[in-house]
Amino acid sequence: MSLEHCEKYTDSALRVGEVDRYPQRVAGEFIGEVVGNDWVNKEYKHLILKVHERALAAYAGQFFHLLCPTPDGAEVWMRRPMSVYRVDKAASQLEFLYKCEGRGTRGMGMLAKGDEFNIAGPLGKGFKLDPAWKNIVVLGRGVGLATLAPLSQLAAEKKVGVTAILSARNPDVVMSKDLFDSLGAKTLTVLDTDKTSDVANVEKIIEGLIKEKKADAFFTCGSSRLLKLMQQLGKKHGIPGQVAMEQIMVCGVGACYVCMRTFEIDGVKTLKRVCRDGPVFDMQTAVGW
Amino acid sequence: MVDLSVKIGDITMQNPVTPASGAFSWEYNDVIDLNRLGGLVAKTICREPRLGNPTPRMAETEAGIIQSIGLPGKGIEYFVDHIVPEYAKFKPPLIVSCSSDNISEFALLTEELARMPDVDVIEANISCPTRNLTGQNFAMHEDYTSDAVKAIKAKCAGKPLWVKLSPNAGDIVSIALAAEAAGADCLVIANTFLSLKIRTDNFRPALGNKFGGLVSPALKPIVLRMVYQVAKQVKIPIIGIGGVTKAEDVVEYMLAGASAVGIGYAGFRNPTALVQIIDDLERWCDERGIKKITELIGAVKDDDMEMDPLVAASHGV
Repeated sequence: MSLEHCEKYTDSALRVGEVDRYPQRVAGEFIGEVVGNDWVNKEYKHLILKVHERALAAYAGQFFHLLCPTPDGAEVWMRRPMSVYRVDKAASQLEFLYKCEGRGTRGMGMLAKGDEFNIAGPLGKGFKLDPAWKNIVVLGRGVGLATLAPLSQLAAEKKVGVTAILSARNPDVVMSKDLFDSLGAKTLTVLDTDKTSDVANVEKIIEGLIKEKKADAFFTCGSSRLLKLMQQLGKKHGIPGQVAMEQIMVCGVGACYVCMRTFEIDGVKTLKRVCRDGPVFDMQTAVGW
Repeated sequence: MVDLSVKIGDITMQNPVTPASGAFSWEYNDVIDLNRLGGLVAKTICREPRLGNPTPRMAETEAGIIQSIGLPGKGIEYFVDHIVPEYAKFKPPLIVSCSSDNISEFALLTEELARMPDVDVIEANISCPTRNLTGQNFAMHEDYTSDAVKAIKAKCAGKPLWVKLSPNAGDIVSIALAAEAAGADCLVIANTFLSLKIRTDNFRPALGNKFGGLVSPALKPIVLRMVYQVAKQVKIPIIGIGGVTKAEDVVEYMLAGASAVGIGYAGFRNPTALVQIIDDLERWCDERGIKKITELIGAVKDDDMEMDPLVAASHGV
């Protein structure tokens, strides 16, 4: 690479097929090639990237830090953290499911087949499955479902039974049901439009699963309200759980202390870095957002 | 091949590229080889544990980000027991940034840090713009700078003292001279620019601490001017920090009189940027037959700048 290529910023990321200069590093900076970037409904898009093999080491709950193109001509200064939706090792592909909402994701929405996209990762601590757990309950809302999808893939590989409760505003924005179904999960959809997503109803569903011994552990993402419900049920029945948290980030590796959230451990409130200490945390320690 | 090594007083660095304090930690080892860097700069440590500022701690603006972290940390004991050993695994010199809003506490903290064999340099952060709601700090005034630097220098136990100055002071040259006279061994120029963003949707400041420090490539020409002005007046080395995103920016700072640079934003944007900049710098020098990078320090050609406008306008460039 000559200096003519980096008049503005350095161009140090690894492309597909390039010699890896940092093979022993757990994370890296990669330039993925866009294979597809299609709408899944009115609000969400599904990005498929062909990436260097080192980027495929990502596991459920980990995230990449994305250098999004500008949607409006002005600079997008910071990367955007996004959890991995799916890792397809056979095809050397990473997938992201995202809502086109802010400047970063709107810029991302403009990516077309063949474009290059700079991503850094995999970063953070993801989900852990205890070998003692035979059946888990996954409860997600909105884009939180995208974070929980790879967990169901991991559970399927480990022959752990999954009940996935998918919460959404209306039937048009229920996502990933097909993916959860294809992984052998039992899926239940709850909606705002028919009030099945009310906390009382979701509580009833989960209490039923506990009675059926289908709830050895809880997992959630995307709703503070549903987190509180799972915490309360977890405490009542002694069921462990994990929550994936979100926060705006700058460095993504633990250096800058921008992405703080409040946690409570043994009655003492503290701040933790979502990027490095998480983004997946012990559910009972999370204070919500 | 060019010799990229530089000397900052008694400290030899294998190249002039260091991270800026606060924008770096040993955790970057996940992404880059820390042994490639000129120095390792630990995030500012305070004596007592601090939670830092309320969130949000970062907001984007048209020309960069503003951030207000508030020096969070677990205090000196945790730092000594857990953080220093992480840095000690790597070869480049360890520069430890430290801060206090009280001179006697600052001196005490310096004494505790200087005692550690793995700490090579004390960097006194007398210029953090966001440790409290006012934006005030020692580096805003010559007298406060002088008092603080004298007290800190007395407790450095012979270790080099680098002093980080504020770009928010009215006249940074006077502050620089005060710091040099008080015993600074090197000046780090500069910290972030005190800034504010107000949201037009809810009329509230965008950051939890109200004010933040601007971090942006846009700072480069401003800080470069400061480095240039200070370099003309002081004898001690200078480390330039502000808006470095590529190898030529390092060259520019060195031409202005800096002996090395610190990098913040570029490492956020591209986590592998620092190593890439070192590689590019080496190539840049080799392509031009530069044997030692120290040849660039203060080599700006400006002694014929008092030109007749008519003569200047007849020149090609």
